Amino acid sequence: MTALLVALGAAVGAPLRFLTDRVMQARFGTAFPWGTLTVNVAGSFVLGLVLGLPLAPGAVALLGTGFCGALTTYSTFSWEILALTRRREILAATGYALLSITAGMGAAVIGGALGHLIS
Amino acid sequence: MDLDVHPADLAAVAAGGVLGALTRFGIATAWPHEPGGFPWATWAINVSGCFLIGVLYTRVRGRIPRLLLGTGFLGGYTTFSTAIAEVSQAGLVYLAATLIGAVAAVAAGSVLAR
Repeated sequence: MTALLVALGAAVGAPLRFLTDRVMQARFGTAFPWGTLTVNVAGSFVLGLVLGLPLAPGAVALLGTGFCGALTTYSTFSWEILALTRRREILAATGYALLSITAGMGAAVIGGALGHLIS
Repeated sequence: MDLDVHPADLAAVAAGGVLGALTRFGIATAWPHEPGGFPWATWAINVSGCFLIGVLYTRVRGRIPRLLLGTGFLGGYTTFSTAIAEVSQAGLVYLAATLIGAVAAVAAGSVLAR
C-alpha cells in the first residue's frame, strides 16, 4: 500500500520535473540549469512543508517520498555540475552547486516553519 | 511558447521515475538510520545514481533510453529534497559528503564509460 502511494507521487513528480525543465529551457536557454534549480528548490520547500505538518504516514509517502523525491534530482544536478566544469565554466558550476544547496536549505526551513505555523 | 512535448517522452519519464522512486523506497526501508545518525541509504542512493548517470549520459545517445533511464529512473531514484531535509538532523558533514561524493561519482562514471 505504501509502495503504491510512493509510485503515485513519483508518477506526477518525475514528469513535472521534465516539463519544468522544458519550460525553463524554452524561456531562459540552456546555458545555466535553471530547470533543475527550480525543481530542486521547490521540492525542498514542499518536503519541508510536508515534514512540518502533522500528516499520516501514507500522506508523507505520497507527497514526500514519492512526489518530492521524484520531482527533485541529485543525478541530473551532478551531471550539470560536471558539464559546466567541462566547458571551463568553473564560476557557473560552483555558483550552481552553492545556490542549489543554500536556496534548497532555505526553502526547506521556510517550508518546515510554515508547516508548524499552520498546523 | 511551443514546448513540443511528445506523449512518449512523458510516458518514458513517468515510468522510469516510478521505478526509480520505488527502488529508492525499497533501499531506504531496508536500510534505516538512527535519528540523528548518518543517512547512509540516501547517501548511497544519491552517489550511486550520480555514478550511473555519468555512465549513461556518456554512453547512450538515444532520446527515449536517456529519458527512461536518466531523466526517469535515475531522476526518481536520486533525491535532492531528502538530502537537504536530512541535513537538519545529520549535519553539514552529511551535506558535504553527499555533494563531494556525487560530483566525484558522476565524473568517475563518465570517465570510465568513455
